[in-house]
Amino acid sequence: MAITFPAEKYPRAEAERVEPAGRPPSMRRTGPWADRLFSALAHAAALLTLMLLAGILISLVVGAAPAIREYGLGFLWRSEWDPVKDQYGGLVMIYGTLATSLIALVIAVPVSFGIALFLTELAPGWLRRPLGVAIELLAAVPSIVYGMWGLLVFSPVLSRFVQQPLQRWVGDTPVLGTLVSGAPVGIGILSAGIILAIMVIPFIAAVMRDVFEVTPPMLKESAYGLGATTWEVVFNIVLPYTKTGVVGGIMLGLGRALGETMAVTFVIGNFNQLSSLSLFEAANSITSALANEFAEAGEGLHQASLIYLGLVLFFITFVVLSLSKLLLLQLRKNEGMRA
Amino acid sequence: MNGDASAALGARLARHRRRKTVNAVALTLSMLAMAFGLFWLVWILIETVRLGFGGLTLATFTEMTPPPQADTGGLANAIAGSLVMVTLATAIGTPVGVMAGIYLAEYGQKGWLGQLTRFINDILLSAPSIVIGLFIYATVVARVKSFSGWAGVLALALIVIPVVIRTTENMLALVPNPLREAAYALGAPKWKVILSITLKAARAGVMTGVLLAFARIAGETAPLLFTALSNQFWTSNLSEPMATLPVTIFKFAMSPYENWQKLAWAGVFLITLGVLALNILARFLFRQKR
Repeated sequence: MAITFPAEKYPRAEAERVEPAGRPPSMRRTGPWADRLFSALAHAAALLTLMLLAGILISLVVGAAPAIREYGLGFLWRSEWDPVKDQYGGLVMIYGTLATSLIALVIAVPVSFGIALFLTELAPGWLRRPLGVAIELLAAVPSIVYGMWGLLVFSPVLSRFVQQPLQRWVGDTPVLGTLVSGAPVGIGILSAGIILAIMVIPFIAAVMRDVFEVTPPMLKESAYGLGATTWEVVFNIVLPYTKTGVVGGIMLGLGRALGETMAVTFVIGNFNQLSSLSLFEAANSITSALANEFAEAGEGLHQASLIYLGLVLFFITFVVLSLSKLLLLQLRKNEGMRA
Repeated sequence: MNGDASAALGARLARHRRRKTVNAVALTLSMLAMAFGLFWLVWILIETVRLGFGGLTLATFTEMTPPPQADTGGLANAIAGSLVMVTLATAIGTPVGVMAGIYLAEYGQKGWLGQLTRFINDILLSAPSIVIGLFIYATVVARVKSFSGWAGVLALALIVIPVVIRTTENMLALVPNPLREAAYALGAPKWKVILSITLKAARAGVMTGVLLAFARIAGETAPLLFTALSNQFWTSNLSEPMATLPVTIFKFAMSPYENWQKLAWAGVFLITLGVLALNILARFLFRQKR
């Protein structure tokens, strides 16, 4: 508690007697109202963040209401999407979103683990920071850049060096043949998945690196002291210690991959079909359907269905990101207990 | 007995060799993973420079976006639109984000509101930006029945807020408590302690957050597609649809016209250069002041 002397209570003469030299202590120019105002502003800003989430949810539900009334949850497994006949179902887009994100994770998780291992255990000290920054810059590149690069530079390369050889090689085999069928232009689920993988690697790698670094050095040194190799230390000591954090990081990457829009829109081909499960066939995802159709969709069922898709996307990412956050909190709590 | 011992020794040596091999393979793969990550960054940067720098002329900065198959034209209106909208969005989002960050670090470290806000904010930080666009469409564009620059500014501001909250909170948490206690002991009220002691001490970090947020929204396309839309002409009226660099790149890159694609590459070059430069600057700034 701060003690203040209400200067105006003392007569001037007395003040001079107490403090012959120097000026009297300056008065507090503002009352407690400034404190209250500032605190209220800070509270309001925090509440605004909460209301933002509620607002997003409410506005999406309201916007999607016509489609929810029309189709209910059956919307999720209807594959028809025909603006001309005014018939809508989300299966194609939901499949596209899940499939591309899955491919992204399959590629990104081992690579991110390798990067985190390299940055925490192998790289010499002077190299750690620049390499870490380089990987972080990969996350800073705008998604539109990934998209345009993916469409005009990467897809032709993928087509020429992966798709066409594969088609020549297994094109006639029954199951594998369908997986690689499609026009040899290199766009589709696989292409989108690979680009998503590049985009989420920095997020997963950064979390893994951070959680690897919280492993107590004592644990690692004990293992090294017993003669364990670097790989054994990472696999048997660091990984078990940080597994919740690692899974949290993967979830964060998944959340990012599910919601990524522009890069996917460029390379997925934007074609509503589910008749071919080929990895090289043009497909569609929730985000690319929104990006392509929403501005032109007339009010009514078309727009409501698109907003319904947005709601589904928001719900999935919300669950995934919440899980990620909870797992990371869990790790921190355990660490606190053990420390 | 001697045979047994040498057999055991041989087995141990074999096991040792196997462990060594596994280790070598794993570490090589780890290095390859690192190279894999860097490879994409380098490839993207090289292509961006190669294809984008060539398309860059003075006209890119002075002329408006052209119709298809025109000989001239630039990106002046898109660049200006991006600068105006991103600056305004940062100006709107920063105070809200800083205040909420102050709340989290100084008022609600433990309370339920603080915990909940921190949780929600971390989710908003990674939430799909296209959903923010849908939200602004539903609440603003659908109400006033017109796409507008302001709607785009609002959508971008909503993306700025979580980024600034996060960095502000983290940076304020780094300020040592004795600094606060010394200020309180001198009789300063809480708002003054926060504004002129803690926030001032964390200034560089907070600025870093604002710069990073600026860089993030400069490249955002998805939330602008159905809020600000785009505009082929120059406009300084934020109540009209407004062109931005990312949306223009999207429109041009997806087109079959060669002149549009060339401009799109020039735009990609500008945006990558700007965003990466801001990111590096932000890191540099933070590192110096720490």
